[in-house]
Amino acid sequence: MHAPHFRPLDVESIRKDFPIFATTPPLAFLDNAASTQTPRPVVEAMDSYYDTYRSNIHRGIYRISEEATAQYERAREKVAQLVNAPRARQIIFTRNTTESINLVAYSWGSANIQAGDEIVLTVMEHHSNLVPWQLLAQRTGAVLRFLEITDEGLLDFTQLENLLTEKTKLVAIGHVSNVLGTINPIQSIIMAAHAVGAKVVVDAAQSVPHFQVDVQQLDCDFLAFSGHKMCGPTGIGVLYGKLELLEEMPPFLGGGSMIRSVERDVSSYAELPAKFEAGTPSIAEAIGLGHAVDYITQANLAALQVHEQELLKYAHNRLQEIEGITLYGPSSPHQKAGVISFNIEGIHPHDVAGVLDTHGIAIRAGHHCAQPLMKRLDVIATARASFYLYNTTEEVDRLYEGLCRTQKLMTRRKK
Amino acid sequence: MNVYQEELLDHYENPSNYGTLPNPNISHEEDNPLCGDRIRIDLVVEDDIITEVRFSGHGCTISQAAASMLTEEIEGKSLTEVKKLSRDDILDMIGIPLGPVRLKCALLALKVLKAGAYGIKGWPGEENE
Repeated sequence: MHAPHFRPLDVESIRKDFPIFATTPPLAFLDNAASTQTPRPVVEAMDSYYDTYRSNIHRGIYRISEEATAQYERAREKVAQLVNAPRARQIIFTRNTTESINLVAYSWGSANIQAGDEIVLTVMEHHSNLVPWQLLAQRTGAVLRFLEITDEGLLDFTQLENLLTEKTKLVAIGHVSNVLGTINPIQSIIMAAHAVGAKVVVDAAQSVPHFQVDVQQLDCDFLAFSGHKMCGPTGIGVLYGKLELLEEMPPFLGGGSMIRSVERDVSSYAELPAKFEAGTPSIAEAIGLGHAVDYITQANLAALQVHEQELLKYAHNRLQEIEGITLYGPSSPHQKAGVISFNIEGIHPHDVAGVLDTHGIAIRAGHHCAQPLMKRLDVIATARASFYLYNTTEEVDRLYEGLCRTQKLMTRRKK
Repeated sequence: MNVYQEELLDHYENPSNYGTLPNPNISHEEDNPLCGDRIRIDLVVEDDIITEVRFSGHGCTISQAAASMLTEEIEGKSLTEVKKLSRDDILDMIGIPLGPVRLKCALLALKVLKAGAYGIKGWPGEENE
């Protein structure tokens, strides 16, 4: 867990980069698994594009377009470095994790999946790593199979051997559950999947922002994540893919930028990554993402992970003091990222979030785009607090106090 | 004003007309897929007049309190009259400002009522009649 060299996060100075926390009382933003806040350096990098070199990329024969192209491609290199992709052209810019996964489902899926093939998922997948595979299965006649979880919210590995067969063509798995916080041991799943000849798509939306992810070490075939969960802007996401797979895959969206030459009836396609980036992309957002990568790597991902672990441990202890609370997911914070899902007996999670909001505390309540998991947990919804590098133990205290007040307010008289 | 004011909490904790009816003329149930709140409304209607009403289901304070308030409002009224109830009427009953997500919680009971009694689909205020 503890990386050999890091300095602890200077949370106080980090918070100064986020004007949203400058209010009194400060906003306690605990919905980071949904979307994080954006620091000034990221906003300023995007401002600088708009104010000084705003133009389209790749085609302009003038200075500011060359500058925009250079910055856009620089962002790609930064992202490639972050996840240790061998080459920058293996990084495809998309809108978000969802679009990245859909790209694989449509492009790779349509070319490689046939009737009777099996796609293995887990019951804890976010809808973004479930619905695209349902659609692919409906188009092709493939079959979806699911790895279940234990009551503690860990993947049930006893089933894996039965699930993975020569019929398995693809395994799509979340690295970290957005509800339970469970960090899945995906490296061993990837090895097992490869042993039966299946490819693996990793939904890394909840992992890349929070700890070091190395695509070469994992040996995953595809990896998807979003900029807006890692201090970047909305509207920019990433798909990493193995080179030989991306090169063989047919295009996803057709249009400008993704072609080499166009005849009336047929076209030939551009090289990577342009083949998968049809139309004018999110230029400012890509540049912003590049600076978000700088921001979290300068803060230091190892230190960030330790900080979130401390918050999680502290929150686990404090929240367990509350009578009638149920925490979902692994009981040991070490198996979790900074996500804590819970319910308080007799209080609907919407009301929990609603009362906390009146105290300036933002948490999530609902099914978290994971309805099959809600069914498995036998709950309609949960409340969820999730942390990032700017959160503090004082905010966890405010959460605890807010929950006590909620409980007092909502259970004044029993029916 | 606080979302969780007394009147709302009273309706939540001690709802009016909670339960089901053995022989309703109209019974309809729907959920809000966004949050899983669920409401069923049973009506006995005689000569266009709602003589009995019950609601059941589960969900947050707002959805359950709004359902309780709505049943109080419509009991003894004619279906013709009740059809005119709008989203603004519900918001007046609730009496506090609501964000867009909680708005749906507040409107679920009226949506169920309108779908069951008149076959009107969609959220009150956005129906395609």
